[in-house]
Amino acid sequence: MDKAQLELVRGTLDVLILKALAWGRLHGYAITNLILRQSDEALLVEEGTLYPALWRLENKGLVESEWGLSENNRKAKFYWLTSEGRRHLRQETKTWEAYAAAVGKVLSATRPPLPEEG
Amino acid sequence: MKRTPFWRRYARLLRPDVRADVDDELRFHLAAKVDELVAQGVRPDVARREAERQFGEVSAVQAEGERLGHNRERSKQRKDYWGGLLQDLRYALRTLRRDRAFTSITVVILALGIAANTAVFSVVDTVLLRPLPFPDSAQLTRFESGRELNANIREAAGLSGLTYTVGMYEEFQRHNQSFRQVTSYNPFYGNGEFTLTGQGEPQAVLGLMIAGNFFQTLGVQPMLGRLFTKEESLKGGRAATLLSYAFWQRQFAGDPNIVGQAILLNKTPFVVVGVMPPSFDFGSVFSPGLRIDLYVPAYMDVLRNWGNTLAIIGRLKPGVSVAQAQAEADILFPELKAAHKEWWGDYSSTITGLKEYVTGKLRRSLIVLWCAVGVILLIVGVNLSNLLLARAAARSKEFAMRMALGAGRSRLIRQLLTESLVLALGGALLGLALAFAITIYLSHQGSIALPLLSSIRLDGAALAWTILIAVVTAVLFGFAPALRMSTGNLQDALKDAGPGMSAGRRHERMRAALVISEVALACILLVGAGLLLRSFLRVLDVDLGFQPSHAAVIKVDYDDGGKRERRGAILREMLRNIDAIPGIEASGVADMLPLGRNRSWGFQAKGKQYPKDMALGALVRIVTPGYLAAMGMHLLVGRDFNWQDVAGRENAVIINQASARRFFPGEDPVGRLALVDDDTDTRVIGVIADVREHSLEFSAQPEMYLPAAQADPEGAELVIRTKLAPEALASSVMQTLRSLNPSQPAAEFRPLQQIVDHAVSPRRFFVMLVASFALLGLVLASLGIYGVISYSVTRQTQEIGIRMALGATAFQVQRGVIARALRLALAGVTLGTIGSFAAAKWIASLLFGTRPTDPATFAGIVVLLCAVALFAGYLPARRASRIDPMIALRTN
Repeated sequence: MDKAQLELVRGTLDVLILKALAWGRLHGYAITNLILRQSDEALLVEEGTLYPALWRLENKGLVESEWGLSENNRKAKFYWLTSEGRRHLRQETKTWEAYAAAVGKVLSATRPPLPEEG
Repeated sequence: MKRTPFWRRYARLLRPDVRADVDDELRFHLAAKVDELVAQGVRPDVARREAERQFGEVSAVQAEGERLGHNRERSKQRKDYWGGLLQDLRYALRTLRRDRAFTSITVVILALGIAANTAVFSVVDTVLLRPLPFPDSAQLTRFESGRELNANIREAAGLSGLTYTVGMYEEFQRHNQSFRQVTSYNPFYGNGEFTLTGQGEPQAVLGLMIAGNFFQTLGVQPMLGRLFTKEESLKGGRAATLLSYAFWQRQFAGDPNIVGQAILLNKTPFVVVGVMPPSFDFGSVFSPGLRIDLYVPAYMDVLRNWGNTLAIIGRLKPGVSVAQAQAEADILFPELKAAHKEWWGDYSSTITGLKEYVTGKLRRSLIVLWCAVGVILLIVGVNLSNLLLARAAARSKEFAMRMALGAGRSRLIRQLLTESLVLALGGALLGLALAFAITIYLSHQGSIALPLLSSIRLDGAALAWTILIAVVTAVLFGFAPALRMSTGNLQDALKDAGPGMSAGRRHERMRAALVISEVALACILLVGAGLLLRSFLRVLDVDLGFQPSHAAVIKVDYDDGGKRERRGAILREMLRNIDAIPGIEASGVADMLPLGRNRSWGFQAKGKQYPKDMALGALVRIVTPGYLAAMGMHLLVGRDFNWQDVAGRENAVIINQASARRFFPGEDPVGRLALVDDDTDTRVIGVIADVREHSLEFSAQPEMYLPAAQADPEGAELVIRTKLAPEALASSVMQTLRSLNPSQPAAEFRPLQQIVDHAVSPRRFFVMLVASFALLGLVLASLGIYGVISYSVTRQTQEIGIRMALGATAFQVQRGVIARALRLALAGVTLGTIGSFAAAKWIASLLFGTRPTDPATFAGIVVLLCAVALFAGYLPARRASRIDPMIALRTN
């Protein structure tokens, strides 16, 4: 793990989990793996934060769960998105994109803003 | 994700286990990580340590997981519960809609029971439970004097024995420490009779003479205008009056401009200073059935010389109890008497809370009524149980099926309870509508002499009561059938080709027990109602001492200027003209009629010594010649008055038997001299048979009758005896009266019977209610018998078919079925009779001339119940006897 790992920005964990589940039913370990791989190993969701976040999402009715069997025939809890969760994901994605674009604009600026007319 | 093997699905079958779920999930995560590391070539034990290290603090995550998990479980249960309830409700409504006959019968029965309960509750609530409609009404008390007299004598003295002189009233007002305010009114309502003129036809109006602080003491404010000023309450002040709301509406069409104007009462202008609010109805609290039109100040300086004229009401100081006030009065009254040698009595008084005074006598009757409707509710509930059981039996397959499909027992019970709740609430809704109609009806029964009746209404308390009894009935009586249903043997029920197995028989035993208790309860109600009805008939049978039928009364007015000579002439002329009207058999005038107002004067035989503690007084009526005949009273010895008994001639008096017995024991009173009122020598000229004075239920009291030309009457009531309908004579009588006195007020003929009816109206009211409840009970019980017998015939169709095929006749079959019905009825009647004895003893004080063990009533009820059972059994019996053996054997 010598690659530079990024701290998760507050509030982004939920949307990352929802996005991971948008690909299908997954158990907790698979969610971590998926996020890790898709972020090119940049985002490691720790167990201590992943599970409480998942359970909270479940209580909010954004995801549902059921016991099932993993690839290694182990009993695992699988999660999937509810329609409410899907809607939430779409909305959060938009918000994030807008946010990221705005932050990007500010940070990539090369000139101070023009003085305002007034 | 692989498909889960079926046995894995049931890992949390019994109940969710949040902690295990969290543990399992975290354990899987570790295992998955270890697997991965091992796959990368790490040694398993190293891999395990590495995974655990990476995971960090597990326990915090675990705790968080449990907390969240529990939250989730709770909200899920809640959702399941409400979802289930909604489902139950929808299902109940659907099945009930399908079974329309059952639903409507059940709802109607429940509605009847609930309506009776709600209506009676609102009566009980208004009369017994709710405080009087005055602010801080618990502080209000009523005084009754004459405590030193024994009950008999006090009765004889009538209202005069319970009231006070102005002097006494003022002295008590001045010296007492217990009361914030003491006020009074004149309960001799005849003193306030006025003729209103100048407003269309002359009108007879009834005014109440009140002390200046009367409304202030009660805490009632006028709706318009103001109360009397001090000057207006004094003799010689400007004549003023306050209108009652009803009179203001009736006479002045609710015109607010009447305040400040003068109206003519007995040709004297009285300024209307205000209008009382609709919530204040003097009659409904103090004298049920009395309609007071207006209030006038009682001029104490005038009443001062009239003897006992005031009824006293006091408002206690805060924190002072009735008992403390009584203790003070016990000391104060004798002290006052000692200071005033001229007083007639010491006015030792009984002080009661006003509420107790107004409604105390009714408590027993109302509680009996309440119990009666309670029994009705029990019968209704048992009936509900019975109907639900019958229905459940028909649905046993449905339930077996649902159980087989996995419905839990508690879920089934809940389903059945939901159904009975829906039924009960439907019944409550309909019952409320019924009760609403009943209370409206009752509140408009001005002729029933019950206090506060006009303020009866359905309020929040009644609503809450209705919902309470509906829910309790549903749960209590829906539970047994639900329990029974849900315990049925699954396979039996599914296989059961027809009812006839052991479950059916057990079922029937339970229903039989229900019917027996229903009959027993109905029996108790019927016996109670029967005893009360018999008492009522006995009351109606009482020899009144006058003939109420074929006689009518009208209030008359004449102007004699207070002179006896003129009065005699005027009345003689009036009666001569009245008698000349075709169809009138007899006529006469009296100032007060029996069963109404009364007053008493001193009376004793001249020159006779009486025991010291004997009250020397009798009720007094001032009458004209012909009155006794018009009333149909029986003159036993001597003669009636004639027009020669006038002022200046020898004073004459006619007494009743009770007077003769008391004042002339063992002698013939006719021709003897008596001392009347203020010791006037008066000749006894006749004795009449006793007349019921106070009520039909108390024995007659000493009375005297004095001629109107020799004594001063208080008002005048013209009594005519005629075979014609009084209305037919009304116009010619009124014409005659108007021709003699143009200001004769418009008044209607009241049949004399109405006065008697009014006197018995409370008893009639209770009897009617209890009897209708008993009838309802009887109908429900017979429905119960019918239901059970009918069901058993259906169940035994096959058996009956076999018996008939083997040669049983239709008669034998019928006899068997009817015998079963009779057995049920007899068991119920036996239990009921035992209960009835206890109930009858309890209501003994409400009976009149009827013993609580009255054999005729008991026998009658037993026969009645058996007859009804016979009929209820006959219908299914006839059906049984028509069973075609061939068809019966083929079916099923």
